[in-house]
Amino acid sequence: MTERMTGAQALVRALEHVGVDTVFGIPGGAILPAYDPLYDSTKVRHVLVRHEQGAGHAAEGYAQATGKVGVCMATSGPGATNLVTPIADAYMDSVPIVAITGQVTSSLIGTDAFQEADISGITMPITKHSFLVTDAAEIPRTIAEAFHIASTGRPGPVLVDISKDALQADTTFVWPPVMQLPGYRPVTRPHSKQIREAAKLIVESKRPVLYVGGGVHKSGASGELMRLAELTGIPVVTTLMARGTFPDSHPQHMGMPGMHGSVSAVGALQQADLIIGLGVRFDDRVTGQLASFAPYAKIVHADIDPAEISKNRHADVPIVGDCREVIAEMINAVEAEPRKGEYTDWWKTLNGYKETYPLGYEEFSDGSLAPQYVMERLSAIAGPDTYFVAGVGQHQMWAAQFIDYENPGTFINSGGLGTMGFAVPAAMGAKMGRPDATVWAIDGDGCFQMTNQELATCAIEGVPVKIAIINNGNLGMVRQWQTLFYDQRYSNTNLQAKLRIPDFVKLAEAYGCAGLRCERPEDVDAVIKEAMEINDRPVVVDFVVHQDAMVWPMVAAGTSNDDIKIARDMAPKWESEE
Amino acid sequence: MSKHTLSVLVENKPGVLARVSSLFSRRGFNIDSLAVGPTEHADISRMTIVVSVEELPLEQVTKQLNKLVNVLKIVELDTSQSVQRELMLIKVKADADSRSHVLELVQLFRARCVDVASDAVTIEVTGTPDKLEAFIKVLEPFGIKELVQSGMVAIGRGARSITDRSLRALDRTA
Repeated sequence: MTERMTGAQALVRALEHVGVDTVFGIPGGAILPAYDPLYDSTKVRHVLVRHEQGAGHAAEGYAQATGKVGVCMATSGPGATNLVTPIADAYMDSVPIVAITGQVTSSLIGTDAFQEADISGITMPITKHSFLVTDAAEIPRTIAEAFHIASTGRPGPVLVDISKDALQADTTFVWPPVMQLPGYRPVTRPHSKQIREAAKLIVESKRPVLYVGGGVHKSGASGELMRLAELTGIPVVTTLMARGTFPDSHPQHMGMPGMHGSVSAVGALQQADLIIGLGVRFDDRVTGQLASFAPYAKIVHADIDPAEISKNRHADVPIVGDCREVIAEMINAVEAEPRKGEYTDWWKTLNGYKETYPLGYEEFSDGSLAPQYVMERLSAIAGPDTYFVAGVGQHQMWAAQFIDYENPGTFINSGGLGTMGFAVPAAMGAKMGRPDATVWAIDGDGCFQMTNQELATCAIEGVPVKIAIINNGNLGMVRQWQTLFYDQRYSNTNLQAKLRIPDFVKLAEAYGCAGLRCERPEDVDAVIKEAMEINDRPVVVDFVVHQDAMVWPMVAAGTSNDDIKIARDMAPKWESEE
Repeated sequence: MSKHTLSVLVENKPGVLARVSSLFSRRGFNIDSLAVGPTEHADISRMTIVVSVEELPLEQVTKQLNKLVNVLKIVELDTSQSVQRELMLIKVKADADSRSHVLELVQLFRARCVDVASDAVTIEVTGTPDKLEAFIKVLEPFGIKELVQSGMVAIGRGARSITDRSLRALDRTA
């Protein structure tokens, strides 16, 4: 197909051809030429956000809820730099997004022109790849390459910066373009010898654990994971990025590992003699102090990114490949093994952990609301088909701990970068990607105030998300650390909730949303049900909770997982094992 | 820490040097020397990077480099299996009295005199870092006025070429 058109028209046409149906963005000088043909597109819906950061997180939420590439668009300079945070966020959590930015006219590049910023340079260390396009003829090929890079191998963000003159120039649109990526060859097929070696270790081990990360759902391998787990009878831990990839209700599920993981999950890893890491990166929030992490375990590590393998913990059996292919082949290899794993004693130990140290929390005697209770009720009333989208902090950890996830991909949050303000725009993106699903954002009062302007976008664009603000009047996680490690000196963490500035109910109403408030445990169910029934506009529920609620268990930063505390100064007793 | 010489074949595109060098600094590695130049193929540049680093971090940085979309191939060149050279231009004080002594050293080191002034000569010398260091040492007594040195370039010994397969990959996409 060949046709004469402008670079801007070629951009919009290319986006249509790669299957884009939604773009989140804000126009401005340098990107203006692109917005003109976008106005006419019947295939691409542009969602006008209120801040570029919102566009980026919305693209992430859309991508995570649909598995497709999310797209955001901004102008040069400040428009582009406002995208830096969501791009970094997508890089850390391997979320496929393409960010399209306008750049000043090519003859002005490098002259400190108005609204000029070297965004392809700025984003080099936080993108999978970045492009600067100054020739209109290169636009279709670059878009095709950007979407290919973002969505294949280990997914991630790609930035395409296009100079204004390239958008304005006349060119010949050719589709499909020939991609020129000789240096980009992701390996997806695992090495069969390594798979056999892994199967051998699996049947020989006495205390194995499947350590499951975000890569398993990203490769669409939760079905394969279930088959492998049930075939072998090995316990499963699901990381923050993998909540829902293996159902919480399954008897082999041990919970979430890590700094705020369950004792059963952390204990399973620490006592294991074999860890089968699938789509994980042995992140410091999971391993705790690296030197004392899982001291008895041999490591099988499968990931599509070769650089993750043996980066933090040496892998005895390294497997580079797509998790879906890796797990499918592991199933075949385990079935081909004449021996079977014998884990009866291991399960005795693990079931002991589960029974002795279930997740729990403190109720407050003054009748005030425990945030964990709100999570439990949201989980029960909204149900397992709901998408939960969390911000960052205590509420995020409670959402990971106390909501039951049964379906892959139903928990979306900012894991690696820990971006406060992620929830509202990401929930908007998720809801646009899954309009038939219920989407609950779970946000803190601190996080919410960083990006709540996107409520306007939700209300105007008809995106009825539901937002639970877990309002403890503080930057809660920071306050928790001040409680534990800074002698309860609460430096700059009190957001003065008593003053009700802002009043979240009134704020919601001002933005065209329904605003509800809940302050007592006995009202929680009724308020959630009321929120569930409002589907013609977004709903914001201000859950006013006790400020002293803490996230337990906890492995303090830099300490060993063995020193996990189930409450302040309370450690589990490990001596019951062997 | 031991020195390692990496030959990195990259696409000849703007920004590639920045991507490679910023990756080293971001991951906390110091580059001892870096040389970039064209190859026998117009679309491919070759970087020779010398780093002082332990074996494991080297593996990590190599893997991270491999992830850069513009990087085609990385080969570590072993000192014994490759020819490694640096180029140095050095301006030394040399008047009528000392010039012949300096030129004698130039001969001994198989260097070349590329410019002569009444009170100085400029010498071009290539060799291994050891040889260049030795050369500097013998010239120091005369007075070194200025010195400029290239990064190391290196090539494997024998008939095999590291560019063959990368060229084929390029041809496929062209």
